[in-house]
Amino acid sequence: MTMTTAVPTFDTASIRADFPILHQARPGKPPLAFLDSAASSQKPQAVIDTLTGYYAETNANIHRGVYDLSERATHAFEQVRRQTAQFLNAASPREIVFVRNTTEAINLVAQAWGRANLQPGDLIVFSTMEHHSNIVPWQLIAEQTGARLGFIGVTGDGRLDLDSFDALMAQEPKLVAITQVSNALGTVNPVKDLAAKAHAAGAVVLVDGAQSVPHMPVDVQDLDCDFLAFSGHKMLGPMGAGVLYGKKALLDTMPPYMGGGSMIRKVTLEKTTWADVPARFEAGTPSVGDVIGFGVALTYLDSIGMANIWQHEMELGGYMLDALRDVPGLHLIGPQDMTDRAGVASFIMDGVHPHDVAAILDEDNVAVRAGHHCAQPVLSALGVHSTTRASVYLYNTQDDVDRLAASLRRAYGIFHPSDR
Amino acid sequence: MNDATDSIYREIILEHYKNPKNRGTLDPADFTYEDVNPLCGDEVRIDVRVADGKVSEIRFSGRGCAVSQASASILTEMVEGQSLEDVKSIGKEELFDEIGIPISPARVKCALLGLKVLKAGLYGLDHASDELEDI
Repeated sequence: MTMTTAVPTFDTASIRADFPILHQARPGKPPLAFLDSAASSQKPQAVIDTLTGYYAETNANIHRGVYDLSERATHAFEQVRRQTAQFLNAASPREIVFVRNTTEAINLVAQAWGRANLQPGDLIVFSTMEHHSNIVPWQLIAEQTGARLGFIGVTGDGRLDLDSFDALMAQEPKLVAITQVSNALGTVNPVKDLAAKAHAAGAVVLVDGAQSVPHMPVDVQDLDCDFLAFSGHKMLGPMGAGVLYGKKALLDTMPPYMGGGSMIRKVTLEKTTWADVPARFEAGTPSVGDVIGFGVALTYLDSIGMANIWQHEMELGGYMLDALRDVPGLHLIGPQDMTDRAGVASFIMDGVHPHDVAAILDEDNVAVRAGHHCAQPVLSALGVHSTTRASVYLYNTQDDVDRLAASLRRAYGIFHPSDR
Repeated sequence: MNDATDSIYREIILEHYKNPKNRGTLDPADFTYEDVNPLCGDEVRIDVRVADGKVSEIRFSGRGCAVSQASASILTEMVEGQSLEDVKSIGKEELFDEIGIPISPARVKCALLGLKVLKAGLYGLDHASDELEDI
Protein backbone atom coordinates (compact mmCIF):
# COMPACT_ATOMS: atom_id res chain seq x y z
CA MET A 1 0.00 0.00 0.00
CA THR A 2 1.41 3.40 -0.95
CA MET A 3 1.25 6.37 1.29
CA THR A 4 -0.43 9.37 -0.22
CA THR A 5 0.42 12.80 1.06
CA ALA A 6 -2.48 15.17 1.04
CA VAL A 7 -1.68 18.52 -0.49
CA PRO A 8 -1.79 20.85 2.50
CA THR A 9 -4.48 23.45 2.12
CA PHE A 10 -3.67 27.00 3.04
CA ASP A 11 -5.01 27.25 6.57
CA THR A 12 -5.44 30.97 7.17
CA ALA A 13 -7.34 30.41 10.42
CA SER A 14 -4.44 28.59 12.04
CA ILE A 15 -1.96 31.12 10.63
CA ARG A 16 -3.98 33.99 12.07
CA ALA A 17 -3.98 32.31 15.46
CA ASP A 18 -0.19 32.73 15.50
CA PHE A 19 -0.39 36.54 15.20
CA PRO A 20 -1.54 38.06 18.50
CA ILE A 21 -1.82 41.61 17.15
CA LEU A 22 -4.61 40.57 14.77
CA HIS A 23 -6.76 39.68 17.77
CA GLN A 24 -6.22 42.88 19.68
CA ALA A 25 -9.49 44.58 20.60
CA ARG A 26 -10.00 48.26 19.81
CA PRO A 27 -12.85 49.78 21.81
CA GLY A 28 -16.01 50.23 19.76
CA LYS A 29 -14.44 48.81 16.61
CA PRO A 30 -14.68 45.58 14.66
CA PRO A 31 -11.55 43.38 14.62
CA LEU A 32 -8.46 44.66 12.84
CA ALA A 33 -8.31 44.17 9.07
CA PHE A 34 -4.58 44.71 8.54
CA LEU A 35 -3.87 45.49 4.89
CA ASP A 36 -0.53 47.28 5.18
CA SER A 37 2.02 44.46 5.17
CA ALA A 38 3.86 46.05 2.26
CA ALA A 39 4.97 48.68 4.79
CA SER A 40 5.74 46.19 7.56
CA SER A 41 4.34 42.78 8.35
CA GLN A 42 2.98 41.61 11.66
CA LYS A 43 4.98 39.08 13.72
CA PRO A 44 4.01 35.58 14.80
CA GLN A 45 4.19 34.64 18.48
CA ALA A 46 7.24 32.44 17.78
CA VAL A 47 9.24 35.47 16.64
CA ILE A 48 8.07 37.59 19.57
CA ASP A 49 8.97 34.80 22.01
CA THR A 50 12.39 34.44 20.40
CA LEU A 51 13.21 38.06 21.11
CA THR A 52 12.31 37.86 24.79
CA GLY A 53 13.92 34.44 25.01
CA TYR A 54 17.12 35.75 23.48
CA TYR A 55 17.42 38.58 25.99
CA ALA A 56 16.42 36.32 28.89
CA GLU A 57 18.69 33.40 28.06
CA THR A 58 21.30 34.05 25.36
CA ASN A 59 22.22 37.73 25.22
CA ALA A 60 25.92 38.54 24.92
CA ASN A 61 28.00 40.27 22.30
CA ILE A 62 29.00 37.89 19.57
CA HIS A 63 32.42 36.87 18.22
CA ARG A 64 35.48 36.56 20.46
CA GLY A 65 33.55 36.18 23.69
CA VAL A 66 35.23 33.17 25.28
CA TYR A 67 32.33 32.13 27.43
CA ASP A 68 29.18 30.10 27.05
CA LEU A 69 26.66 32.89 26.47
CA SER A 70 28.71 34.60 23.79
CA GLU A 71 29.41 31.32 22.06
CA ARG A 72 25.72 30.46 22.01
CA ALA A 73 24.75 33.94 20.73
CA THR A 74 27.44 33.73 18.03
CA HIS A 75 26.30 30.28 17.00
CA ALA A 76 22.65 31.32 16.80
CA PHE A 77 23.55 34.45 14.81
CA GLU A 78 25.74 32.57 12.32
CA GLN A 79 23.15 29.83 12.05
CA VAL A 80 20.71 32.41 10.66
CA ARG A 81 23.32 33.37 8.06
CA ARG A 82 23.37 29.76 6.85
CA GLN A 83 19.60 29.59 7.00
CA THR A 84 19.25 32.80 4.96
CA ALA A 85 21.66 31.48 2.34
CA GLN A 86 19.54 28.34 2.08
CA PHE A 87 16.32 30.35 1.90
CA LEU A 88 17.67 32.28 -1.11
CA ASN A 89 19.62 29.34 -2.57
CA ALA A 90 22.81 31.41 -2.28
CA ALA A 91 26.03 29.58 -3.08
CA SER A 92 27.55 30.32 0.30
CA PRO A 93 26.62 31.85 3.70
CA ARG A 94 29.51 34.26 3.11
CA GLU A 95 27.30 35.95 0.54
CA ILE A 96 24.87 37.05 3.26
CA VAL A 97 25.54 40.41 4.92
CA PHE A 98 23.28 41.41 7.81
CA VAL A 99 22.16 45.02 7.76
CA ARG A 100 19.24 46.91 9.28
CA ASN A 101 17.00 46.99 6.24
CA THR A 102 16.74 47.28 2.45
CA THR A 103 17.72 50.94 2.51
CA GLU A 104 20.96 50.20 4.33
CA ALA A 105 21.73 47.31 1.99
CA ILE A 106 21.37 49.50 -1.11
CA ASN A 107 23.38 52.33 0.42
CA LEU A 108 26.10 49.81 1.25
CA VAL A 109 26.36 48.73 -2.38
CA ALA A 110 26.11 52.28 -3.72
CA GLN A 111 28.95 53.46 -1.49
CA ALA A 112 31.22 50.42 -1.19
CA TRP A 113 30.87 49.14 -4.75
CA GLY A 114 30.28 52.60 -6.25
CA ARG A 115 33.30 54.37 -4.81
CA ALA A 116 35.58 51.59 -6.00
CA ASN A 117 34.07 51.19 -9.46
CA LEU A 118 32.41 54.36 -10.74
CA GLN A 119 34.27 56.92 -12.86
CA PRO A 120 33.04 60.28 -14.15
CA GLY A 121 30.62 59.69 -17.02
CA ASP A 122 29.78 56.10 -16.04
CA LEU A 123 26.10 55.24 -16.32
CA ILE A 124 23.91 54.03 -13.43
CA VAL A 125 20.46 52.83 -14.49
CA PHE A 126 17.35 52.43 -12.37
CA SER A 127 13.66 52.46 -13.14
CA THR A 128 11.03 55.12 -12.65
CA MET A 129 9.08 52.73 -10.39
CA GLU A 130 11.80 52.38 -7.75
CA HIS A 131 11.21 53.12 -4.10
CA HIS A 132 13.13 56.23 -3.00
CA SER A 133 15.59 53.89 -1.27
CA ASN A 134 16.63 52.59 -4.70
CA ILE A 135 16.90 56.10 -6.15
CA VAL A 136 18.48 58.41 -3.61
CA PRO A 137 21.57 56.27 -2.84
CA TRP A 138 22.41 56.28 -6.57
CA GLN A 139 21.90 60.03 -6.80
CA LEU A 140 24.31 60.45 -3.89
CA ILE A 141 27.06 58.25 -5.35
CA ALA A 142 26.58 59.82 -8.78
CA GLU A 143 27.18 63.24 -7.23
CA GLN A 144 30.26 61.94 -5.45
CA THR A 145 31.81 60.19 -8.47
CA GLY A 146 30.54 62.15 -11.46
CA ALA A 147 28.59 59.16 -12.74
CA ARG A 148 25.45 59.73 -14.84
CA LEU A 149 21.94 58.45 -14.15
CA GLY A 150 19.62 56.79 -16.67
CA PHE A 151 15.98 55.97 -16.03
CA ILE A 152 13.89 53.07 -17.31
CA GLY A 153 10.45 54.44 -18.09
CA VAL A 154 7.03 53.02 -17.22
CA THR A 155 4.01 52.47 -19.41
CA GLY A 156 0.58 53.92 -18.65
CA ASP A 157 -0.52 50.69 -16.94
CA GLY A 158 2.48 50.67 -14.63
CA ARG A 159 4.79 48.22 -16.43
CA LEU A 160 8.44 48.75 -17.25
CA ASP A 161 9.00 50.29 -20.65
CA LEU A 162 11.26 47.59 -22.04
CA ASP A 163 12.21 49.66 -25.10
CA SER A 164 13.72 52.30 -22.86
CA PHE A 165 15.50 49.51 -20.96
CA ASP A 166 17.03 48.17 -24.17
CA ALA A 167 18.08 51.67 -25.25
CA LEU A 168 19.85 52.18 -21.92
CA MET A 169 21.61 48.80 -22.17
CA ALA A 170 23.04 49.91 -25.52
CA GLN A 171 24.86 52.64 -23.57
CA GLU A 172 26.68 49.97 -21.54
CA PRO A 173 25.78 50.99 -17.99
CA LYS A 174 28.04 50.05 -15.09
CA LEU A 175 25.14 49.18 -12.80
CA VAL A 176 21.44 48.43 -13.13
CA ALA A 177 19.26 48.67 -10.00
CA ILE A 178 15.72 47.38 -10.30
CA THR A 179 12.90 46.33 -8.05
CA GLN A 180 11.42 42.86 -8.42
CA VAL A 181 8.00 44.03 -7.21
CA SER A 182 6.87 47.67 -7.13
CA ASN A 183 5.81 48.69 -3.64
CA ALA A 184 3.51 51.39 -5.03
CA LEU A 185 1.84 49.46 -7.86
CA GLY A 186 2.38 45.77 -7.23
CA THR A 187 3.95 45.27 -10.66
CA VAL A 188 6.17 42.16 -10.85
CA ASN A 189 9.16 42.85 -13.08
CA PRO A 190 10.93 40.17 -15.18
CA VAL A 191 14.19 40.63 -13.28
CA LYS A 192 15.72 37.37 -14.48
CA ASP A 193 15.48 38.48 -18.13
CA LEU A 194 16.55 42.00 -17.28
CA ALA A 195 19.56 40.74 -15.33
CA ALA A 196 20.65 38.62 -18.30
CA LYS A 197 20.40 41.60 -20.65
CA ALA A 198 22.17 43.88 -18.18
CA HIS A 199 24.98 41.37 -17.76
CA ALA A 200 25.30 41.11 -21.53
CA ALA A 201 25.74 44.89 -21.55
CA GLY A 202 28.49 44.57 -18.94
CA ALA A 203 26.53 45.88 -15.95
CA VAL A 204 26.37 44.76 -12.36
CA VAL A 205 22.76 44.09 -11.27
CA LEU A 206 21.14 44.96 -7.95
CA VAL A 207 17.63 43.70 -7.30
CA ASP A 208 15.45 45.38 -4.68
CA GLY A 209 13.70 42.41 -3.12
CA ALA A 210 11.88 44.27 -0.35
CA GLN A 211 8.46 43.44 -1.82
CA SER A 212 9.33 40.10 -3.44
CA VAL A 213 11.38 38.02 -0.99
CA PRO A 214 8.64 38.13 1.69
CA HIS A 215 5.99 36.91 -0.75
CA MET A 216 7.36 34.58 -3.43
CA PRO A 217 10.11 32.00 -3.86
CA VAL A 218 13.30 33.88 -4.77
CA ASP A 219 16.37 31.96 -5.93
CA VAL A 220 19.38 34.23 -6.35
CA GLN A 221 21.29 31.73 -8.49
CA ASP A 222 18.33 31.36 -10.81
CA LEU A 223 17.82 35.14 -11.05
CA ASP A 224 21.59 35.51 -11.41
CA CYS A 225 21.50 38.94 -9.77
CA ASP A 226 24.74 40.29 -8.32
CA PHE A 227 23.09 41.89 -5.30
CA LEU A 228 19.69 41.40 -3.64
CA ALA A 229 18.48 43.70 -0.86
CA PHE A 230 15.54 43.06 1.46
CA SER A 231 14.17 43.73 4.94
CA GLY A 232 13.33 41.15 7.61
CA HIS A 233 10.56 43.27 9.10
CA LYS A 234 8.43 42.91 5.96
CA MET A 235 8.61 39.10 6.28
CA LEU A 236 7.51 38.43 9.86
CA GLY A 237 10.88 39.31 11.37
CA PRO A 238 11.71 42.06 13.87
CA MET A 239 12.50 45.58 12.74
CA GLY A 240 16.27 45.98 12.71
CA ALA A 241 17.39 42.96 10.72
CA GLY A 242 17.74 43.05 6.95
CA VAL A 243 19.89 41.34 4.35
CA LEU A 244 22.24 42.18 1.56
CA TYR A 245 22.99 39.20 -0.63
CA GLY A 246 26.02 39.71 -2.85
CA LYS A 247 28.00 37.37 -5.06
CA LYS A 248 31.15 36.58 -3.15
CA ALA A 249 33.46 37.38 -6.05
CA LEU A 250 32.03 40.92 -6.07
CA LEU A 251 31.89 41.41 -2.31
CA ASP A 252 35.55 40.34 -2.13
CA THR A 253 36.59 43.28 -4.33
CA MET A 254 34.63 45.88 -2.36
CA PRO A 255 36.09 48.16 0.30
CA PRO A 256 34.21 48.55 3.60
CA TYR A 257 31.09 50.67 3.91
CA MET A 258 31.57 51.66 7.55
CA GLY A 259 34.72 51.39 9.63
CA GLY A 260 34.82 50.07 13.17
CA GLY A 261 34.95 46.90 15.18
CA SER A 262 34.51 43.40 13.72
CA MET A 263 35.36 44.45 10.17
CA ILE A 264 39.15 44.48 10.49
CA ARG A 265 41.95 42.00 10.19
CA LYS A 266 44.68 44.12 11.71
CA VAL A 267 44.68 47.72 12.87
CA THR A 268 47.68 49.95 13.47
CA LEU A 269 47.33 53.69 13.94
CA GLU A 270 48.23 54.29 10.31
CA LYS A 271 46.71 51.43 8.42
CA THR A 272 44.05 48.78 8.67
CA THR A 273 43.57 45.62 6.67
CA TRP A 274 40.04 44.42 6.19
CA ALA A 275 38.35 41.31 7.43
CA ASP A 276 37.02 38.81 4.91
CA VAL A 277 33.43 39.11 3.74
CA PRO A 278 30.85 39.29 5.14
CA ALA A 279 32.44 40.58 8.38
CA ARG A 280 34.04 43.43 6.40
CA PHE A 281 30.55 44.92 5.96
CA GLU A 282 29.27 44.34 9.48
CA ALA A 283 31.13 46.97 11.50
CA GLY A 284 30.02 47.33 15.09
CA THR A 285 27.65 45.24 17.18
CA PRO A 286 24.88 43.94 14.93
CA SER A 287 21.22 43.51 15.90
CA VAL A 288 21.91 40.01 17.17
CA GLY A 289 18.53 39.41 18.76
CA ASP A 290 16.71 40.77 15.70
CA VAL A 291 18.72 38.55 13.35
CA ILE A 292 17.94 35.49 15.48
CA GLY A 293 14.26 36.51 15.45
CA PHE A 294 14.51 36.87 11.67
CA GLY A 295 15.74 33.27 11.51
CA VAL A 296 12.58 32.12 13.29
CA ALA A 297 10.54 34.15 10.79
CA LEU A 298 12.28 32.27 7.96
CA THR A 299 11.49 28.96 9.67
CA TYR A 300 7.86 30.00 9.96
CA LEU A 301 7.67 31.00 6.27
CA ASP A 302 9.39 27.77 5.24
CA SER A 303 6.93 25.72 7.29
CA ILE A 304 4.11 27.13 5.15
CA GLY A 305 6.10 27.28 1.94
CA MET A 306 6.83 30.37 -0.14
CA ALA A 307 5.10 28.91 -3.18
CA ASN A 308 1.95 28.37 -1.12
CA ILE A 309 2.13 31.90 0.28
CA TRP A 310 2.51 33.32 -3.23
CA GLN A 311 -0.43 31.30 -4.49
CA HIS A 312 -2.59 32.48 -1.56
CA GLU A 313 -1.64 36.10 -2.28
CA MET A 314 -2.37 35.70 -5.99
CA GLU A 315 -5.83 34.34 -5.24
CA LEU A 316 -6.57 36.98 -2.65
CA GLY A 317 -5.06 39.71 -4.85
CA GLY A 318 -7.41 38.73 -7.67
CA TYR A 319 -10.33 38.73 -5.25
CA MET A 320 -9.26 42.20 -4.09
CA LEU A 321 -9.04 43.62 -7.63
CA ASP A 322 -12.54 42.29 -8.38
CA ALA A 323 -13.88 43.81 -5.16
CA LEU A 324 -12.24 47.18 -5.86
CA ARG A 325 -13.61 47.31 -9.39
CA ASP A 326 -17.14 47.28 -7.93
CA VAL A 327 -16.54 50.28 -5.65
CA PRO A 328 -18.04 53.48 -7.11
CA GLY A 329 -15.58 56.17 -8.16
CA LEU A 330 -12.55 53.97 -7.59
CA HIS A 331 -9.66 53.83 -10.08
CA LEU A 332 -6.92 51.26 -9.78
CA ILE A 333 -3.42 52.64 -10.50
CA GLY A 334 -0.96 50.27 -12.16
CA PRO A 335 -1.56 46.89 -13.81
CA GLN A 336 -5.28 46.21 -14.21
CA ASP A 337 -5.21 42.43 -13.80
CA MET A 338 -3.23 39.83 -11.87
CA THR A 339 -0.77 39.07 -14.70
CA ASP A 340 2.71 39.68 -13.29
CA ARG A 341 1.22 41.45 -10.32
CA ALA A 342 1.49 41.02 -6.56
CA GLY A 343 -1.19 41.37 -3.88
CA VAL A 344 -0.76 45.13 -3.67
CA ALA A 345 -3.50 47.49 -4.89
CA SER A 346 -2.97 51.23 -5.25
CA PHE A 347 -6.02 53.30 -6.08
CA ILE A 348 -7.62 56.73 -6.09
CA MET A 349 -11.27 57.65 -5.51
CA ASP A 350 -13.13 60.45 -7.29
CA GLY A 351 -13.58 63.45 -5.01
CA VAL A 352 -11.94 61.85 -1.97
CA HIS A 353 -8.30 62.50 -1.12
CA PRO A 354 -6.29 59.31 -0.37
CA HIS A 355 -5.52 60.53 3.14
CA ASP A 356 -9.25 60.90 3.81
CA VAL A 357 -9.95 57.46 2.34
CA ALA A 358 -7.41 55.92 4.72
CA ALA A 359 -8.76 57.87 7.68
CA ILE A 360 -12.33 56.71 7.01
CA LEU A 361 -11.07 53.12 6.64
CA ASP A 362 -9.34 53.50 9.99
CA GLU A 363 -12.69 54.44 11.54
CA ASP A 364 -13.77 50.95 10.47
CA ASN A 365 -10.48 49.46 11.77
CA VAL A 366 -9.21 48.71 8.27
CA ALA A 367 -5.49 49.56 8.14
CA VAL A 368 -4.13 50.77 4.80
CA ARG A 369 -1.54 53.33 3.75
CA ALA A 370 -2.03 56.64 1.97
CA GLY A 371 0.50 58.91 0.35
CA HIS A 372 3.25 58.65 -2.21
CA HIS A 373 4.62 55.36 -0.80
CA CYS A 374 8.18 56.70 -1.14
CA ALA A 375 7.76 56.35 -4.90
CA GLN A 376 7.01 59.87 -6.07
CA PRO A 377 8.56 59.49 -9.55
CA VAL A 378 6.27 56.65 -10.62
CA LEU A 379 3.13 58.29 -9.27
CA SER A 380 4.07 61.50 -11.10
CA ALA A 381 4.67 59.49 -14.27
CA LEU A 382 1.17 58.03 -13.94
CA GLY A 383 -0.33 61.46 -13.28
CA VAL A 384 -1.27 61.10 -9.61
CA HIS A 385 0.16 62.71 -6.48
CA SER A 386 -0.80 60.09 -3.97
CA THR A 387 -2.84 56.94 -3.67
CA THR A 388 -4.40 54.70 -1.07
CA ARG A 389 -2.70 51.30 -0.97
CA ALA A 390 -3.92 47.98 0.37
CA SER A 391 -1.57 44.99 0.51
CA VAL A 392 -2.17 41.40 1.51
CA TYR A 393 -0.04 38.75 3.16
CA LEU A 394 -0.35 35.19 4.35
CA TYR A 395 -2.66 36.07 7.26
CA ASN A 396 -5.21 38.02 5.20
CA THR A 397 -8.61 36.63 4.24
CA GLN A 398 -11.46 37.38 1.88
CA ASP A 399 -13.22 38.85 4.91
CA ASP A 400 -10.47 41.48 5.22
CA VAL A 401 -11.00 42.39 1.57
CA ASP A 402 -14.80 42.50 2.01
CA ARG A 403 -14.30 44.88 4.95
CA LEU A 404 -12.02 47.02 2.78
CA ALA A 405 -14.59 47.23 0.00
CA ALA A 406 -17.47 48.01 2.38
CA SER A 407 -15.51 50.77 4.06
CA LEU A 408 -14.50 52.23 0.69
CA ARG A 409 -18.18 52.40 -0.26
CA ARG A 410 -18.85 54.22 2.98
CA ALA A 411 -16.04 56.69 2.20
CA TYR A 412 -17.51 57.35 -1.24
CA GLY A 413 -20.96 57.82 0.29
CA ILE A 414 -19.69 60.36 2.85
CA PHE A 415 -18.27 62.55 0.12
CA HIS A 416 -21.04 61.91 -2.41
CA PRO A 417 -24.22 61.78 -0.30
CA SER A 418 -26.52 62.35 -3.28
CA ASP A 419 -25.21 59.21 -5.01
CA ARG A 420 -26.30 56.96 -2.18
CA MET B 1 -20.78 49.80 11.27
CA ASN B 2 -19.40 52.98 12.75
CA ASP B 3 -20.68 55.59 15.14
CA ALA B 4 -20.72 58.77 13.06
CA THR B 5 -20.06 61.01 16.05
CA ASP B 6 -16.44 59.87 16.32
CA SER B 7 -15.81 60.79 12.71
CA ILE B 8 -14.02 63.93 11.64
CA TYR B 9 -16.00 63.81 8.40
CA ARG B 10 -18.93 65.88 9.54
CA GLU B 11 -20.86 68.64 7.85
CA ILE B 12 -18.45 71.49 8.53
CA ILE B 13 -15.43 69.69 7.07
CA LEU B 14 -17.32 68.28 4.09
CA GLU B 15 -19.04 71.60 3.34
CA HIS B 16 -15.83 73.64 3.44
CA TYR B 17 -14.01 70.97 1.40
CA LYS B 18 -16.61 70.94 -1.36
CA ASN B 19 -17.52 74.63 -1.27
CA PRO B 20 -14.46 76.38 0.10
CA LYS B 21 -14.59 80.03 1.10
CA ASN B 22 -11.99 82.44 -0.27
CA ARG B 23 -10.48 79.92 -2.64
CA GLY B 24 -8.13 81.40 -5.24
CA THR B 25 -5.14 83.71 -5.43
CA LEU B 26 -4.55 87.47 -5.22
CA ASP B 27 -2.29 89.32 -7.63
CA PRO B 28 -0.85 91.53 -6.42
CA ALA B 29 -0.86 90.52 -2.76
CA ASP B 30 0.89 92.10 0.20
CA PHE B 31 2.20 88.74 1.19
CA THR B 32 2.05 85.26 -0.20
CA TYR B 33 3.25 82.10 1.45
CA GLU B 34 2.96 78.39 0.75
CA ASP B 35 4.11 75.22 2.41
CA VAL B 36 3.54 71.48 2.29
CA ASN B 37 2.87 68.82 4.85
CA PRO B 38 5.53 66.36 3.66
CA LEU B 39 3.83 63.46 5.42
CA CYS B 40 0.84 63.34 3.10
CA GLY B 41 1.70 65.97 0.51
CA ASP B 42 -0.96 68.51 1.49
CA GLU B 43 -0.20 71.91 -0.04
CA VAL B 44 -1.61 75.26 1.01
CA ARG B 45 -0.84 78.71 -0.34
CA ILE B 46 -2.28 81.86 1.18
CA ASP B 47 -2.35 85.33 -0.41
CA VAL B 48 -3.22 88.35 1.76
CA ARG B 49 -3.94 91.99 1.07
CA VAL B 50 -3.55 94.38 4.00
CA ALA B 51 -5.33 97.70 4.49
CA ASP B 52 -5.21 99.82 7.66
CA GLY B 53 -3.31 97.10 9.48
CA LYS B 54 -6.09 94.61 8.81
CA VAL B 55 -6.56 91.59 6.57
CA SER B 56 -8.66 93.17 3.85
CA GLU B 57 -8.66 90.25 1.45
CA ILE B 58 -7.42 86.69 1.77
CA ARG B 59 -7.39 83.73 -0.60
CA PHE B 60 -6.09 80.22 -0.23
CA SER B 61 -5.19 77.62 -2.83
CA GLY B 62 -3.59 74.21 -2.78
CA ARG B 63 -4.56 70.59 -2.70
CA GLY B 64 -4.76 67.90 -0.12
CA CYS B 65 -7.05 66.05 2.22
CA ALA B 66 -10.42 67.39 3.30
CA VAL B 67 -9.11 68.30 6.74
CA SER B 68 -6.27 70.48 5.45
CA GLN B 69 -8.33 72.23 2.79
CA ALA B 70 -11.45 72.72 4.93
CA SER B 71 -9.35 74.05 7.82
CA ALA B 72 -7.69 76.56 5.51
CA SER B 73 -11.11 77.65 4.28
CA ILE B 74 -12.41 78.05 7.85
CA LEU B 75 -9.27 79.98 8.78
CA THR B 76 -9.69 82.50 5.97
CA GLU B 77 -13.22 83.23 7.19
CA MET B 78 -11.91 83.67 10.74
CA VAL B 79 -9.24 86.22 9.92
CA GLU B 80 -10.85 88.30 7.21
CA GLY B 81 -11.16 91.86 8.58
CA GLN B 82 -9.04 91.12 11.66
CA SER B 83 -5.99 93.20 12.57
CA LEU B 84 -2.61 91.63 11.84
CA GLU B 85 -1.84 91.73 15.56
CA ASP B 86 -4.97 89.72 16.32
CA VAL B 87 -4.16 87.23 13.60
CA LYS B 88 -0.67 86.76 15.02
CA SER B 89 -2.21 85.81 18.35
CA ILE B 90 -4.47 83.08 16.96
CA GLY B 91 -3.53 79.77 18.52
CA LYS B 92 -4.32 76.26 17.40
CA GLU B 93 -7.02 75.88 20.04
CA GLU B 94 -8.92 78.82 18.57
CA LEU B 95 -8.85 77.21 15.15
CA PHE B 96 -9.84 73.83 16.59
CA ASP B 97 -12.74 75.54 18.41
CA GLU B 98 -13.85 77.09 15.15
CA ILE B 99 -13.71 73.71 13.41
CA GLY B 100 -15.65 72.34 16.35
CA ILE B 101 -14.68 68.69 15.87
CA PRO B 102 -12.10 66.80 17.92
CA ILE B 103 -8.94 66.56 15.79
CA SER B 104 -7.05 63.32 16.36
CA PRO B 105 -3.25 63.52 16.72
CA ALA B 106 -2.86 61.96 13.27
CA ARG B 107 -4.75 64.85 11.65
CA VAL B 108 -3.39 67.79 13.65
CA LYS B 109 -0.72 68.58 11.05
CA CYS B 110 -3.37 68.59 8.31
CA ALA B 111 -5.68 70.87 10.32
CA LEU B 112 -2.92 73.34 11.20
CA LEU B 113 -1.25 73.63 7.80
CA GLY B 114 -3.24 76.72 6.79
CA LEU B 115 -2.53 78.47 10.09
CA LYS B 116 1.19 77.69 9.82
CA VAL B 117 1.28 79.09 6.31
CA LEU B 118 -0.62 82.25 7.30
CA LYS B 119 1.62 82.92 10.30
CA ALA B 120 4.80 82.24 8.36
CA GLY B 121 3.60 84.77 5.79
CA LEU B 122 2.77 87.29 8.50
CA TYR B 123 6.15 86.97 10.14
CA GLY B 124 7.95 86.87 6.82
CA LEU B 125 9.68 83.64 7.75
CA ASP B 126 11.72 81.61 5.35
CA HIS B 127 10.42 78.31 6.53
CA ALA B 128 7.28 77.70 8.50
CA SER B 129 7.90 74.25 9.80
CA ASP B 130 10.72 74.85 12.28
CA GLU B 131 9.61 78.07 13.85
CA LEU B 132 5.95 77.20 14.13
CA GLU B 133 6.09 73.54 15.00
CA ASP B 134 3.70 74.14 17.90
CA ILE B 135 2.07 77.33 16.59
